[in-house]
Amino acid sequence: MSDPQVDRSKRTWLIASTCAGVAGGVATAVPFVASFQPSERARAAGAAVEVDISALKPGEKLTVEWRGKPVWIVRRTPEQLESLKQTESLVADPKSERKPEEFTPMETTRNEWRSIKPEILVVVGICSHLGCSPSDKFTPGPQPSMPDDWHGGFLCPCHGSLFDMAGRVYKNKPAPDNLEVPPYAFLSDTRLLIGEAKA
Amino acid sequence: MAEFKTVPANAPVADKLLNWVDNRFPASKLYKEHLSEYYAPKNFNFWYFFGSLALLVLVIQIVTGIFLVMNYKPDAAMAFASVEYIMRDVPWGWLVRYMHSTGASAFFVVVYLHMWRGMMYGSYRKPRELVWIFGCAIFLCLMAEAFMGYLLPWGQMSYWGAQVIVNLFAAVPFVGPDLALLIRGDYVVSDATLNRFFSFHVIAVPLVLLGLVVAHIIALHEVGSNNPDGVEIKAKKDPKTGIPLDGIPFHPYYTVHDILGVSVFLMIFTAIIFFAPELGGYFLEYNNFIPADPLKTPAHIAPVWYFTPYYSMLRATTDPMVNVLAGLIAVGALLAVFRGRLGGGAKVAMLVAAVVSIVLLKTFDAKFWGVVVMGGAVVILFFLPWLDYSPVKSIRYRPGWHKWLYGIFVVNFFVLGYLGILPPSDAGTLVSQVGTFYYFGFFLLMPWWTTLGAFKPVPDRVNFAAH
Repeated sequence: MSDPQVDRSKRTWLIASTCAGVAGGVATAVPFVASFQPSERARAAGAAVEVDISALKPGEKLTVEWRGKPVWIVRRTPEQLESLKQTESLVADPKSERKPEEFTPMETTRNEWRSIKPEILVVVGICSHLGCSPSDKFTPGPQPSMPDDWHGGFLCPCHGSLFDMAGRVYKNKPAPDNLEVPPYAFLSDTRLLIGEAKA
Repeated sequence: MAEFKTVPANAPVADKLLNWVDNRFPASKLYKEHLSEYYAPKNFNFWYFFGSLALLVLVIQIVTGIFLVMNYKPDAAMAFASVEYIMRDVPWGWLVRYMHSTGASAFFVVVYLHMWRGMMYGSYRKPRELVWIFGCAIFLCLMAEAFMGYLLPWGQMSYWGAQVIVNLFAAVPFVGPDLALLIRGDYVVSDATLNRFFSFHVIAVPLVLLGLVVAHIIALHEVGSNNPDGVEIKAKKDPKTGIPLDGIPFHPYYTVHDILGVSVFLMIFTAIIFFAPELGGYFLEYNNFIPADPLKTPAHIAPVWYFTPYYSMLRATTDPMVNVLAGLIAVGALLAVFRGRLGGGAKVAMLVAAVVSIVLLKTFDAKFWGVVVMGGAVVILFFLPWLDYSPVKSIRYRPGWHKWLYGIFVVNFFVLGYLGILPPSDAGTLVSQVGTFYYFGFFLLMPWWTTLGAFKPVPDRVNFAAH
C-alpha cells in the first residue's frame, strides 16, 4: 500500500464516491423490491364474511371464501365428535399447542373439538404443508388410499397428509401443523362471522 | 486497435462492404473465431447433437412466445379464456401455442440429454468448470421459466402447482412466510401473482437466460470442446499451422452435421405437435383444461414430467427420512475423521459441522428439509467439477463398475420421475427415499468412489474412423 504512485487524496475520494454510489443503488432498489408486496387493494380485500348456516345439516360441509382461501364449516354428527377421542393418540398436536397464535388464534377454540360450539367446526381448508386444499373423507372404515382404521376426516391429495374431524394432523405426515382455525364469532345461532373474533 | 485495412480499388462490391464493416465491427473476426476457425474434435458422436438442438428450441420458444403474447391476457379473469381464444379463434394460434407448450418439454428433453453427455464424458472437468456452471445456471433459469410459464394458462394445475411451489418458499425458517407473500404479492395465488409471473416469464428470465447462453458459448469457445474420449485436442497441434491435429472447423463440418440432428429432431417435434400435443397428459396435464378454482384442489396434482424427479425427493423427505439423514451425517462425519484425507483442523471443522447440521435437522420441520433436498438436488450439480476425482475424464476409460453406477443413476432418475407423477403411497415413498439417497450419495461420495478401480489407459489422440 506504500506505492508512491498512489495519490492518497484521489483514492479517498474514489472510495467515498464508490460507497455513495453503492448506497444510492441500494436505496433505488428498495422501492422496486417493496413493489412486490401486496398492494393496498389486496390488503383491503381481507374483510370478514358473514355466513348463514341454518341450512347446514349434521355431517354436511359448507365452503366459503375468505381472503381468497376456502373456509370450511362442518356441522359434526355425534359420531364424528366421538371419533375425536379415538384420533387423540394418532394426531401430532391433539391439544392445539403448537404455534397457537398462528393456527388457533382464539382461546375459545383451543379445546379438543377446536371450535367454539362442539358440533360446528370452522377451519381454513388449506393444508399446512404446501397449501393444497384437502378433500373430504368423512366415511370411516377401510377404503382405497386410506388407512384401515380410518375414523373419518380429510385427506390432502397432494402429499397424503391426513386430518381428523377437528382438522388435527396425523403423526408422521408431510404437514407439520393442524388446519388453521380462523377468528370467527356467532352473530346468532345460525349466522357466523368469519374473520373477526368479536361479534 | 486493429490497423485500418484496405482492399484494392477493383475488388468486388461485397468485399469492399465487408472490409468497410470489418474496420468498424469485428464481423469476420467473430465468424472465424466461432465458426470457420473454431476447431472442434473430429470424433463427436450422437450425444453432441443436443447443444445445438437446445439453441434451436430456445429460438422456437422465443419466436412462438412473442406471437403468443400478442393475444394472451395476463389477467386472472381473462387468462384462461384468452388461451382458449388463441387455440380456437386466432388463425393458426393452435399451432403457435402447441409449438410453445411442446417446446417447453422438448427443451427439458434436450437439456437433460445434453447434461448427461457432459456427465459421461467429464465435460465439466478442468478447464471447463465455468462452461458447466453457466450451463447449470441455464438449467436453473429454465426451471424458473417453465414454472412461471405454467401459471399463465390459469388452469387448475397452473394454480395449484404455483400454490405448492410458492409455499415451498414459506417453509424457510423465519423469513419464509414474508418471502412467500413477496413472491405472490397477495395472501393467496391471485391476479397479482399471475401478472408478475407473466412479466418474469416474458422478459426478466429470458434476458438472463440469453446472457447465460452467450457466456456458456464464449467460455466453451475459449477452452475448446471436450469429446467422447476426454482427450485434450489442443495438446497435439500441427507444428506448421498450429491447428489441433484432431480438430476440424465447426463450419462447415459440424454445421452440416447438426442439420441432420435438427432434421430428425423436427420430425419428432412436429409429429408430437400434430398428432399428440398433450402427449397423454404428460406435456399438457388434463386438469389444466379446467379453469383455476382457488377453493378446490384437484384430486391429484403433480408437476409436469420434467420436475417430477425433484418433486419425488421433496415428497420423500418425511420425519423418519430426516432421522435417517441425521444418522448418516453422524456416520459420515466419523468416517471422514478416521479415514478422510483431511488435516486435523478440517476434521474438527467437519465434526462441528456435523453436530450443527444434526441439531438443525431436528430443530426445523421435515417440510423445510424437503425444500432443502429439492433445491440441493439441483445445486449439487454446480459442484460436480470439484466432486469428481477420477484420473480420466471420459467414462470410456473408467472401470466397468463405474458405468454401472452411472447406469443406475439414470434408471434411478427415471424411477424418481415416474413416482413423482403418481399419487403419494407408502411403497412409493419408500422407493423414492432410497432413490433420493442414491442421487445424493452418487454425488457426495464421488471424491471417494471415483478414485477406485482399474482405469484404462487414455490414448494420446482421439478414436476416430473416417466414414
